[in-house]
Amino acid sequence: MLYKLGTLFLRPSTKYVLLALAIVFPLIAHNEYQVYVMATAFIWAIAVYGLNIITGYCGQLNLAHGGFFAIGSYALGLLTADYGWNFWPAFLAAILISAFLGFLVGAVSLRLKEHYFAIFTLCVGFIIYLLLDKWEELTHGPIGVRDIAAPHGFGLVDFTDTTPFYYLVLVFLVLAIWFMGKLSRSLMGRTFIAIRNGDELAESLGINLMRNKVLAFILSTTYAGLAGALYAGMIRFIGPEEANINHTFDIITYLLVGGIGTISGPLVGTLGIVWITQSLQFLEEYRMIIFGPLLVVLVIFFPRGIVGSFLTWMHRKTQEMGPAKKRKESKVTPSATREAENNA
Amino acid sequence: MLSIEHLTKMFGGLAAVNDVSVHFEANKINAIIGPNGAGKSTFFNLVSGMHQPTSGKILFDGVDITTMRCDHVAKLGVGRTFQTTNLFEQATVLDNLIVGHRLRTRSGLWDVLINSRRLQAEEKECRDKAREALDFVGLSHVENQFIADITQEERKRVAFALALATDPKMVLLDEPAAGVNPEETEGLAELMKKMVKNGLTVCLIEHKMDMIMGMADKIMVLDHGEKIAEGTPDEIKTNPVVIEAYLGSDEDAAA
Repeated sequence: MLYKLGTLFLRPSTKYVLLALAIVFPLIAHNEYQVYVMATAFIWAIAVYGLNIITGYCGQLNLAHGGFFAIGSYALGLLTADYGWNFWPAFLAAILISAFLGFLVGAVSLRLKEHYFAIFTLCVGFIIYLLLDKWEELTHGPIGVRDIAAPHGFGLVDFTDTTPFYYLVLVFLVLAIWFMGKLSRSLMGRTFIAIRNGDELAESLGINLMRNKVLAFILSTTYAGLAGALYAGMIRFIGPEEANINHTFDIITYLLVGGIGTISGPLVGTLGIVWITQSLQFLEEYRMIIFGPLLVVLVIFFPRGIVGSFLTWMHRKTQEMGPAKKRKESKVTPSATREAENNA
Repeated sequence: MLSIEHLTKMFGGLAAVNDVSVHFEANKINAIIGPNGAGKSTFFNLVSGMHQPTSGKILFDGVDITTMRCDHVAKLGVGRTFQTTNLFEQATVLDNLIVGHRLRTRSGLWDVLINSRRLQAEEKECRDKAREALDFVGLSHVENQFIADITQEERKRVAFALALATDPKMVLLDEPAAGVNPEETEGLAELMKKMVKNGLTVCLIEHKMDMIMGMADKIMVLDHGEKIAEGTPDEIKTNPVVIEAYLGSDEDAAA
């Protein structure tokens, strides 16, 4: 019974149903605030997808991710507020700057392995925070950046309204997921997974470690920068707190809960936690009493998150139920295909 | 196929491999034996490019690979397996093998973005190669099972298949039969003979003497980083230096 229900989620058409739901969401939402929360969640989800590339697929725990989110925000904010750029050129520049800085940081930090890499990037994240907070001539210091331009609507739409902005974010989210899906199924994604399995084995398979790791890092910071730039365009006021390490940990939590190294995991994790947090607002700070144990339970019993555990369970069921199907092409069973999509 | 000249690797003051010269011929099974800590794995790491030698020379197929990086050596045709192979447990056997042929493909990020014809062709090529390798090691029937759900012996074969998917000319196998029972060991030995029959050169490190003596064409014995003997199984069995340094004094040797 549960299995049948599960196969529903694995149908290729599910993603179109979800997309349709996302499109009608502003119409069925009770108030503008809900649309606003959803748009914010989508922005975070984009950032989580970025972390999923470097940490989920390539296996390198990058703790500077929130820092690159802030770099995207600040690049957009400063270019529009201080230098009078229009939104879209500044938006593009913000993404390119995040990618370029990602290249610089990646080329240095990825020489370190495992925990050392994580600790190094933790420091990089903090340095980014310090720069934003202390380099007043450029960043305005603790005051932050105001009067950030909203996306230019070319006279057709006004992106200062919540609902149009929601759709703008949705477009970028769909693009982000689309690319992630393509990447993960491609030889490129498989190369990243080989690196995650182990440096030595990957190297012995003829994979250039440094080049691929740096590429994954750049992709992830590009996602972070994109998310940060959208965030700045929506909130239109930013401060050094954007680079607070807490944001990085939030992103990691979303990724772990949803399912690290899966395609739908970042979305499930981000939306799930954001909405649970919203519904527990009345508990204020005490909601951590509920979240903490919940997270511990999840990490112990479902190390691959909601999506990862679900896919594994479904795969085992499929194998049990149809031993005759085993030998056939994976394309024959829809669940196997989807699973391949998600795992590969 | 593989010529080693005066190869030395120092770790600090310790010579893990000390002035080793040896020649392994193509299309043969070459075994490297020696007590624990004799420098066998280091020797493999030097040949595969994972470590850089302190001095000496390594020629593979006439090409100097002494200072070459690991991924380049792999591209030249040196495949290898490890004592333990970390694979993606929650992915199918086939999915784990597809990346094996990646080194013979050229698709980059741009190909992924536009889903180029080259990418599609190369992905099919890699998938076919993975199936071929899986078929070679006799595991076609588990291609859709998760790595987590297959047996220890099947894992060993998957590791072989992964190395074979790189289209190597020579494979370095690090204790391929460790942790499997005698029957399965025989099966793996057959598989290695099959590799040689198909034109590959096999180099292996192994502690299982019965297996080595039964199938190796040439054996090199290392002890404390130095080559103390080389020759056919019969020569090694009767070599007094080997018996004293290894077979005679080390209890493990009988195992």
